[in-house]
Amino acid sequence: MATCLGDAMFPQAVKGTVKLLRRLGHEVVFPEGQTCCGQMHVNTGYLREAVPLVRHHVDVFEPVAHGEWDAVVAPSGSCTGCVRHQHAMVARRAGDEALAERAEAVAGRTYELSELLVDVLGVTDVGAYYPHRVTYHPTCHSLRMLRVADKPLQLLRAVRGLELVELPDAEVCCGFGGTFAVKNGETSTAMLADKMRNVLGTRAEVCTAGDSSCLMHIGGGLGRLRTGVRTVHLAEILASTEASQTPAAAGSAGGVRDEPAEAQR
Amino acid sequence: MSTTHLGMPAVRDDSHDTGLPTYSPAGQGNLRGATSFPKAAHEKLLDTQLRRNLGKATGIIRGKRAGVVAELDDWEELRLAGSAIKADVMARLPELLEQLEENVTARGGHVHWARDAAEANRIVADLVRATGADEVVKVKSMATQETGLNEALAEQGIAAWETDLAELIVQLGHDAPSHILVPAIHRNRSEIREIFLREMPNVDPALADDPRELAMAARAHLRRKFLTAKVAVSGANFAVADTGTLSVVESEGNGRMCLTLPDTLITLMGVEKLVPTWSDLEVFLQLLPRSSTGERMNPYTSTWTGVTPGDGPQEFHLVLLDNGRSAVLADEDGRAALHCIRCSACLNVCPVYERVGGHAYGSVYPGPIGAVLSPMLTGISGPDDPNASLPYASSLCGACFDACPVRIDIPNLLVQQRAASVESHPRPTAQDLALRAAAVAMSSPGRFAAAEKGLALGRLVAGRKGRISSLPWPLSHWTDSRDVPAPPAETARQWWARTGGNDDEQEGRA
Repeated sequence: MATCLGDAMFPQAVKGTVKLLRRLGHEVVFPEGQTCCGQMHVNTGYLREAVPLVRHHVDVFEPVAHGEWDAVVAPSGSCTGCVRHQHAMVARRAGDEALAERAEAVAGRTYELSELLVDVLGVTDVGAYYPHRVTYHPTCHSLRMLRVADKPLQLLRAVRGLELVELPDAEVCCGFGGTFAVKNGETSTAMLADKMRNVLGTRAEVCTAGDSSCLMHIGGGLGRLRTGVRTVHLAEILASTEASQTPAAAGSAGGVRDEPAEAQR
Repeated sequence: MSTTHLGMPAVRDDSHDTGLPTYSPAGQGNLRGATSFPKAAHEKLLDTQLRRNLGKATGIIRGKRAGVVAELDDWEELRLAGSAIKADVMARLPELLEQLEENVTARGGHVHWARDAAEANRIVADLVRATGADEVVKVKSMATQETGLNEALAEQGIAAWETDLAELIVQLGHDAPSHILVPAIHRNRSEIREIFLREMPNVDPALADDPRELAMAARAHLRRKFLTAKVAVSGANFAVADTGTLSVVESEGNGRMCLTLPDTLITLMGVEKLVPTWSDLEVFLQLLPRSSTGERMNPYTSTWTGVTPGDGPQEFHLVLLDNGRSAVLADEDGRAALHCIRCSACLNVCPVYERVGGHAYGSVYPGPIGAVLSPMLTGISGPDDPNASLPYASSLCGACFDACPVRIDIPNLLVQQRAASVESHPRPTAQDLALRAAAVAMSSPGRFAAAEKGLALGRLVAGRKGRISSLPWPLSHWTDSRDVPAPPAETARQWWARTGGNDDEQEGRA
């Protein structure tokens, strides 16, 4: 499950997930019919409009419920949260009990990346190498919807070369909140200001998290102010090895990434 | 629509009873502000003193709450018990209310039923006038703030004196409460001193902003009122159905003065404040103080049952307020909003509340619970209704659910009220059209991939900088303060189609 944002805007998180899981010896399938879980519609109040998105998601990922695949993984706490905690609700509200039950079957085998690694696969040391000073922001939905707790931190602590620094007030929302960041842009910015203050206080060079959306928000603010701190998805750090640690792979400063390798193509 | 969940079983006058649950009528009370949340928040975010005051105060309360909650190893069981008791109350509210009425009446009290804010205010004003009094002392009460009782009494020539210190600060400052528990949380002590010097009769002109001196000034002022007032008005934290007992919990003892000294006591209470039995208080008297003030036990817990000859008020009136609660009760999932015990824990942990304060919500119920309860009580009349914007006043971060002592799933209620907001639109708005178009594009991989071709435009806008710093409305609300990265040259699905997931870049480099 690449997620619509991962597909369109942050393919590096999707590539990192694929590379990491293959390195760990797993077969990865990318269902090409996938689009979007519908979270933006659900969380903006468009529950009726979300029904076809839920149905499409269930159609595409249902093979996991039939045992064709072992698990569905997404490099996102909030998309996983939407699948697990909202899809069946959306279907039931529309009176479609059959869809709700199918959605529950898919949701039962859908995992956020750190959950899949730690809970399902039982690994914390994924053999990664990332020689940078990093702070971790626990995204709200991974923390309070999925309860991933310290699983991402367990994974980061096992990364060779990585210096992990604790983020003060880590559990406070960064202010993203999906369409909240636009509908209540000023309040969102006020929340972001405090998050950035805490990130900068750690003197980390990288802020990581399990959601590209929250990183887009934090990185968008850090980049606007040219703070020199970049945002990198957890999957990219875990996918990183000695071989991949080239200057280009480390990304550009400020959370907004240039991709020279691709741009040259 | 089913009408089996009506909360008010005993409305005797059914001349305008449509049989449908009714919302709190527009234009009454204080459940709806004048402007939308984003507009109000815009003003509040400019107030740097407010940000400072709120950040400091909510930080202190959050720390105290976390400390006393961590002391209990059965906190989660208490939350579950609180939730179960309230769910039971809502499931048989009509029956329990009649039981309460019967027991209050049997113990010498009088019970009145108020359909809405105006009716509640009229009942209270008539009761005060019948005593011949022209002033009342008040115990801190959200129900009377909800109905706008003080203003209604003033229109009848009756002065209402707030005796809770924070409510007194708000009243003297010609201000409105901004927090359920700490209504003057938006004020610091220097501002309080200035209000006292300006508004308090006989105040010492040398008053300092030391908390003790401020409290002593308020104490001297209030004592004069306690000793002269013949009538008190209170709210209630709990009403016990099987004994007819009312209860108020407080910190200062000023409530106790009001509840014991005057001849007549009038209590205005929302119908949802019931618990079935006396022993249920055991659960809530642990949950409430720890969640609200961060104390193991609040200093004053007053309980009274009807009238006791020769002791305390000799006349007791209980006014039971609906004001939209029946409408909330009729929504079987949404009715959990009525479980709220007004502790304010969700306000204190809310990152939105902490930055904008309570006034931005318009309603007397601010914060996460207010953002759902206010529109649920009033209904949402359309896209221009200020309460239509309240369910969006949240990033859905979920901190409110974790803090709620009765486990109200506020994030889910926010989503449900967003749906109610969207479904109130008589004609599609620009947002409706955009989201509908997005749903069509996103429910098919072909259409989604076609839409992704538009990302090339984003790359063009970003140009050589690799970032986008300015976008047209409404996305300007994002780029006002945040950049957007340039879209990638290749989407993940294009990469997969080209490489089958083989990491060609990395291999090429190695």
